[in-house]
Amino acid sequence: MTSPLLELKQISVSFEGFLALRDLDLVLNKGDLRAVIGPNGAGKTTFLDVITGKVVPTKGDVIFKEKSLIGQKEFRIARKGIGRKFQSPRIFENLSVQENLALAVSRPKTPLSLLMNSLKGNKLDEIQRLMSIVNLQSKSYIRAGALSHGQKQWLEIAMLVGQDPDLLLVDEPVAGLTDEETDLTADLLKSLAGDHTVLVIDHDMEFIRRLDCPVSVLHQGHVLKEGSMNEIQKDPLVIEVYLGQSEEEE
Amino acid sequence: MNIFSTKKSWITLIVWVVIIALIITAPSFLPVFRLNLLGRYLSLAIVALGVDLIWGFTGMLSLGQGIFFALGGYCAAMFLQLNSSGEFPNGIPEFFGLYGVEKLPFFWEPFKSSIFTLISIWLLPAIIAGLLGYLVFRNRIKGVYFSILTQAALLVFFNFFNGQQKLINGTNGLKTDVTQLFGQMVGSEITQRWFFWISAILVILAWFFARWIVRDRFGNILIGIRDDEPRVRFTGYNPVIFKTIIFSIAGGLAGISGALYTVQSGIVSPQFMTVPFSIEMVIWVAVGGRGTLLGAILGAVFINYAKSLVSEALPASWMFIQGGLFIFVVTALPEGVLGWIRQGGLRKVLFLIGINQKLETYPSLEVNEQGEVES
Repeated sequence: MTSPLLELKQISVSFEGFLALRDLDLVLNKGDLRAVIGPNGAGKTTFLDVITGKVVPTKGDVIFKEKSLIGQKEFRIARKGIGRKFQSPRIFENLSVQENLALAVSRPKTPLSLLMNSLKGNKLDEIQRLMSIVNLQSKSYIRAGALSHGQKQWLEIAMLVGQDPDLLLVDEPVAGLTDEETDLTADLLKSLAGDHTVLVIDHDMEFIRRLDCPVSVLHQGHVLKEGSMNEIQKDPLVIEVYLGQSEEEE
Repeated sequence: MNIFSTKKSWITLIVWVVIIALIITAPSFLPVFRLNLLGRYLSLAIVALGVDLIWGFTGMLSLGQGIFFALGGYCAAMFLQLNSSGEFPNGIPEFFGLYGVEKLPFFWEPFKSSIFTLISIWLLPAIIAGLLGYLVFRNRIKGVYFSILTQAALLVFFNFFNGQQKLINGTNGLKTDVTQLFGQMVGSEITQRWFFWISAILVILAWFFARWIVRDRFGNILIGIRDDEPRVRFTGYNPVIFKTIIFSIAGGLAGISGALYTVQSGIVSPQFMTVPFSIEMVIWVAVGGRGTLLGAILGAVFINYAKSLVSEALPASWMFIQGGLFIFVVTALPEGVLGWIRQGGLRKVLFLIGINQKLETYPSLEVNEQGEVES
């Protein structure tokens, strides 16, 4: 049996006494597509912060490609092959679409290489390919800040793919998108799985259903339930959490 | 890649033609005194370019560029003092005698070499800026805290240089105008004319250098750091290295600027490291236009020229005018004068007073984007 790509072991994060994550375990194998849902404050974003090195867990370990990520700097973790899309689109608004993507596909990411070499042909093709995936070819010279909200989301996803990470962490990719855009995004993420490992966080149930993948439900910093969307929706515990009745039950 | 290929190309080209024409013709119509002033202000434009790189592009407001400016000046002045102190007692600069120093302090020794001096003028400030920058950036100090820290560093340097009579003549500074260079007095008309030309050429070279730095992806990373540093990190870049490099480059430019300013003003003193002077550098860039490079040059030269003209006519009023100018630009033209022109500001004014201009004359954003998409 091959070892998993990413393994979170007993992760706890405490912010001044408040437990944002509590003994969280999660395993992702190569090529997986996994959705994580949970009510507000369940620790979804904190959990990504732990993987990408923004937050150091109080307890536990993050194993990526059989090596621990704890204590590593963000840019090193990114270079190891973990890409992250933020909740609200975070792109470089004062750069054009093409320039944004150029920064994502550049390798090596050292000052000297950026200064001395211009992008080679295959990287330029890669930028064109990324723009065609997210339908931004006609906007390549437009300042990214002038794009619509949906286009910004897509540009950020394209940048993420351009980094060519093994693991893509996608935080609420369809927030503020139209239904049609949501469907396209779901198809895009599904097509990425296989070559990449994709972890999607969202609370748009229709979108998660469309992803058609295993779902983990996060509640109060803990994985409440794992399973397919259908199983999850029938589970009484999950229903209680989402309908806000858990306090009585506890 | 064509350096004038950006959408602002026309304005940049026109401004450059005017600048170069003025520089070439200046010696024939300006009296020596004015020419010397212009040369000084051109040298100040070099430090302004550095401020634009770190503030306009990378978003780090340094209030301590005076440190590196003064260091460059001291390097040049030490060399000139040594170069012309042969006839003094002990063969060391005259001021040492006042404090009973008989032996040259060790760090003066290498400045007997002209090559060492020419290198250290930019390398020494660049190294110190790099070290200071690395420590600050590594600890993720930014924004207001970075500004305060640079200003504090400036005060430390000021107090050190101000108090060290026996090492570098303390508050009196080092004079250069009565020293010798190539058998000529540095303060003489012919030498000053040379320094004017050197300043003019170095401003242009510094602009090309800065333009080259920000032209492509390196510059885009700087803009990325300014706008969203965590995003840069998660894309796999280490912002600390980029910030250290650009801060070091700005320090080197400040050193060159300080050396040229020193030889043209005739003295370097801790006054170069006062707080207001470093803030003025920021004002030149803000008024000229942040993130435009050319705006930094124009801001430095025009504000300083205005300063000398106003100060001659109305001695007490310059500070008020400068303050007013700064407030006006920050509130009315937040992109600075050049940024405003590039965004079609002139066309708007012409439109308001009833003179319609063809779009091609002052290309606006839309026209150019279309043009670029078509190409």
